[in-house]
Parts: sequence; C-alpha cells; structure tokens
Amino acid sequence: MWDYTEKVMDHYKNPRNVGEIENPSAVGEAGSLVCGDALKLYLKIDDNGVITDAKFQTFGCGSAVASSSVLTEMLKGKTIEEAAKISNQDIADALGGLPPQKMHCSVMGHEALEAAIANYRGEDASAHCEEKIICSCYHVTENVLREAIEDNNLTDLEDVMNYTKAGGACGQCHTAIQKIIDEIKNKKEKIDIKNMSATQLILKVNNVIEKHIAPELRKDGGDIELVDVKDNKIFVSLKGMCKSCKFSSNTLTNFVEASLKEHISPDIEVVEV
Amino acid sequence: MTQKVVYLDNNATTMVDPKVFEAMKPYFCELYGNPSSMHAFGGQVAKAVADAREQVKNFLGAKDAKEIIFTASGSEGDNMAIRGILEANKNKKHIITTRIEHPAVLNLYKYFEKQGYDVTYLNVDAKGNIDLNELKNAITSETALVSMMYANNETGVILPVEKAAKLVKQINPKIKIHVDAVQAAGKIPIDVKNTDIDLLTIAGHKIHAPKGIGALYVKTGTLLPAFVIGGHQERGKRAGTENVPYIIGLGKACELAQESLKYEMTEVKRLRDKLEQGILKKVYNAKVNGATENRVPNTTNIGFQYIEGELILLHLSDLGICASSGSACTSGSLEPSHVLKSMGVPFESLHGSIRFSLSRFTTEDDIDYVLKVLPDVIFKLNKISPYQKELKILEEKHR
Repeated sequence: MWDYTEKVMDHYKNPRNVGEIENPSAVGEAGSLVCGDALKLYLKIDDNGVITDAKFQTFGCGSAVASSSVLTEMLKGKTIEEAAKISNQDIADALGGLPPQKMHCSVMGHEALEAAIANYRGEDASAHCEEKIICSCYHVTENVLREAIEDNNLTDLEDVMNYTKAGGACGQCHTAIQKIIDEIKNKKEKIDIKNMSATQLILKVNNVIEKHIAPELRKDGGDIELVDVKDNKIFVSLKGMCKSCKFSSNTLTNFVEASLKEHISPDIEVVEV
Repeated sequence: MTQKVVYLDNNATTMVDPKVFEAMKPYFCELYGNPSSMHAFGGQVAKAVADAREQVKNFLGAKDAKEIIFTASGSEGDNMAIRGILEANKNKKHIITTRIEHPAVLNLYKYFEKQGYDVTYLNVDAKGNIDLNELKNAITSETALVSMMYANNETGVILPVEKAAKLVKQINPKIKIHVDAVQAAGKIPIDVKNTDIDLLTIAGHKIHAPKGIGALYVKTGTLLPAFVIGGHQERGKRAGTENVPYIIGLGKACELAQESLKYEMTEVKRLRDKLEQGILKKVYNAKVNGATENRVPNTTNIGFQYIEGELILLHLSDLGICASSGSACTSGSLEPSHVLKSMGVPFESLHGSIRFSLSRFTTEDDIDYVLKVLPDVIFKLNKISPYQKELKILEEKHR
C-alpha cells in the first residue's frame, strides 16, 4: 500500500471537476495510454485572462487522479500568468505531499498545464514532438527530463525515475539519463565554485581526494596531500612512491586534475608543489 | 477496519488454515526440543518432522521422503535448485526458462546472464502458453538446465511442464528440469514420480501454511551441492536447525491441500467462473487475459480497458475487496506486468488488469458481493477516463 496523505485519498475517492468543458478556451494533454498515465486538462478562460473553469479526465493511478483533481481546484480563479507559475512541487504540496515514486503524477499535471497554456497562447504544440525522446518506453523527452531535474534538484537516477517515469521500464536509457543528470550537476557546481568560500572549496577538494584519488594512489604505495587553494588553483604535493615516479606529471593531470574537474568543476587547475 | 473483507488475493498469500495452526501450536512452548538431540524429548520432535516430510512427499507424489528439502520460501527453493544445478554443471553455459516466470527465477536467470551464461527466454502466445517446438529448437549440447513454472501467478495459465520435461530428456537426459510449482500446488494434482521433473519448488503460504516455509523436491540421483553449509540438517543441503513448527504446519497444509484438491477443481472453479462470467456480463470494458480453458481453478485475470489498475484496487479496497493488479503502480516498480506484456496484452487493458484469486475459504456470498458492487466502481472510474470515445464504442458493442 502506498502511504498516501488524507488529501490524496480524498481527491481520488471524490475527484473534483471531472469531465470535459464544452468549447474550452484551452486543452492540454500529457502522458499516453502506453505510459499508463494520461491526463487531459480543459480550461475556460475569460476575456481578462482569468481561468473561470477547469476540468480534467485522467487515466492513471490514485495519485494521478488526485494530482489532476487538486490542480483544477488550484487553477480556478487564477490568471493565466499566475497559473503558469504553478510547479509540479506546488501540486504535490497541495496534496500534502506524494510518495517519492509517485512524484511523476505531479509532473504530469504540470506538463498538461503547460500544454494548455501553450494551447491558449496559440503556441505551436507540435514543436514538442520534434524534441529528442530519451525514454522511448514512456516517451519522455530530453526537455521534460531537464526541467524535472532542474526544478526539483534531482541528483540520482532513481529520483528521476520517480519524477518522470523515464527509465522505469526497459532501462536502456539509464546511461543517457545519467549523462543529463551529471551535466546539470556539473553546470550547477561550476557556478557554485565562484561563490564558494576558500574553506568550502577546501572541504570539497579534500572530500574528493579522500574518496576518489588517495585510495587509488595508495594502492601503488603513493599518496597525496592538499597544500593550498587559491581561486581555481589547487596546490597539492605527491607523496610516497608517487614522489619518485617518473609518471607523476601524468598522474597529476590525467588522474588528479581530471577527478577534481569531474567532481567539482571543469575550471579547476592542479599545481604540484 | 471493521468492514467486511472479501479476500480474493490468494495467489499473493493465503489464510493459515486453523487446522494447520492447531497442528503447529504444540511445537512452540511444549514440544520445543531440537530434532537433532539425543534425548527422547528432541527425538519425538524429529519424529514429527519426519512425518511432515512424509506428508509433503505424498502431496507431491515423490518416491522417497529423502527427496524433500524444507526451505524458507518459494524463492529460496528456486535459488537452491537453479544455483545448485549450475554449480554442479559448471562446464555447461546455456540455460532455458520462459519470459513469464516469477522474479525468483527470472531475476536469477538475468543474474546468470550477466555472469556470462547464454540464456534462452521462451516466448508465450496471447493465451500465455509456450511453444514446445521453440523449446526443442533452443536446446543445445551446452544446455544445463530448463526452469519453467507449472502455473503462472498472474493469469493462472498452466504450462505443459510434464511434456516439456519429457521432450528435453528425450533430446538429452543430462539436462536438468526445474519446475516452480508455487502457484500450481494445491490447485491441480502434482505427481512428480511419473514425470521427468528433477526439481520442484513449493511455498507453504500459498497453500494455507504460514509464510516463511517451503519445500524443494530433488529427485534421487540429482547432484545438488549444499545451499547452506553447516550441520547435517536436510541431508547437509541446507544446514540450520529445522524450523519445526512451520515444517509441521507445511506438512499439515499439504495433507489438507491433497484432501481439498477435488473441491478446488470443482467448487472453487465454479465460484471463479461465476465471478468471471458475472463481470464480463455486467461490465462492458472487461476482458479476460490469457487462456480460459487451461488454467488453475482459482485464478482469473481481467483487463478493465481504458482505466488504471491501482485506481480500481484502491476503490475496491475501500469496499473491503482485496485483489491485485499486474500493473506497475502497486508493486513500486513502474513497469507494467512482464507476464501480460509478454502475452501482447494491448496497452488499454494492460494497465487496468486485475487478478482475482480465490481459495477454498471463498464463499458464494463473497462472490455475490463483488458482483454487486464492482460494476458501479468500474462505471464510476470510466467517467474519469480521457478515452470516452473508445469506451462508448465498447459499450455499444456489448449491448
């Protein structure tokens, strides 16, 4: 059994605003029969851009129905501009939270809302179709993945699966998803390095050295010590066998610097002292 | 929860038969001796364990009680059999199974695939059946093992394991045959001595014994290394002091299952058919998944088109009805049922498939209650579906 909140249970038991709106001002769809989740959102919008009515039809589990139902309640009375600010987290929050494995239901609600707003504004919804599909089992596009990862600060594959369903079936796209996660993570941390204090950076560098670098060097009887940090320059000294090793400069750039770049920031430069 | 509970999820687990529970009781606080002890106090327990082994032997139609090894679960039996056979036949690197196995077998095969084994996963047709010709063609001189379930847990479809075993042995008698009979035991007669099956797994909690006990049949002459190394228990194949009360429970459950077999195949079947026919008659977007003729008598798997399984289960649960879905959402994984997918069940039914599994404790009242309340649940959920047009077509066809 899922650990659903009272609010989720209330909404799937007694869903609000079920059905179609005749002559809707906007319609937004997300998901598909293949995915096992599909949502159709209908909006009635007045001349002032205020949503006067919202209805839904959902093919999906309890939390999918609850997410759709609560979304229609949230939308009524809002302007299109206000509605556009609603995130998937807002939908989940309105339900008192969703189990992590069910976060994709709130993402689907958000996607349908975005589609409806695009439809209202007369934006070309077909542009969506040309996007690169990463997970072909659930038809999850790269953009949907990026948005979910960035908006919800997702850092691992399992989270991304829970939020988007991508990778939940055959698993073939796991590497591709991981690449996107890493890329976004690196980009974020790259920005961070400039705002980091020297102490923060030292802690981070030390952590990478202890976890990823030193254990490898120690296997060969070597070691490494962090001497100083200045801006993007990391000063280290090689110890033990590494010190006298003729390949030490190789080790330094190809392994030490590469590891730090990978884990902290591509801007990092390693200097031996 | 004080409301009526209608339990139609007996393929997930069953109620412990009160007679089984009664048989187990003395072995907790009174007859708690160790069967391996020299004293008579332990000796009488050893006698009881031997009797239980005899009961399991009779239930499975084994030749010798020595062929029965007690385990802690069906998954353990499957692991003991498959891992053991591969360890004993290290030079052969090809293994065969079906696409619709329980994860205890399927994931273990995937594990061995990663270890470098060549694996054949036999396909199933829309009815959930395998093609014996495909099996025949898959066998090579490298084949070490064929593992195949007796009856599928989701659809109840019975696989031709005896024919398959015979066929394999005709081609190469050295290939070992393992059968996961967890879902067949107690529902259809099993008689291993007249078959070519080498190993066969059962689990207690599917036949009204408690959870945490099972048995593996290992035909005399089958080389199987120890699964748990230690003492002499279970002829050294599975060391560890016997789980005496549960072994007694399994023995009793096997005896009762044997006695109720006829009831299962007539009365339980009648109730299952009544439920199935009733739903198909009353609900226009319902369709049976898999073969209807060649099934265990207690199971039906019904796809409710254009609505989703978890939602159905949640609403049924609110009415006290326990069933299960082959669909993803309930199990925590996102993937829809690998069994129904392998059968090519279309997506509109796949995600809305519900398994109802009865037992000898299911009553006529239970079935009448479900038939009374289920159609309205489905019709209510149909209204939420975005596929109104498609549902309308089904409704008109049904008339």
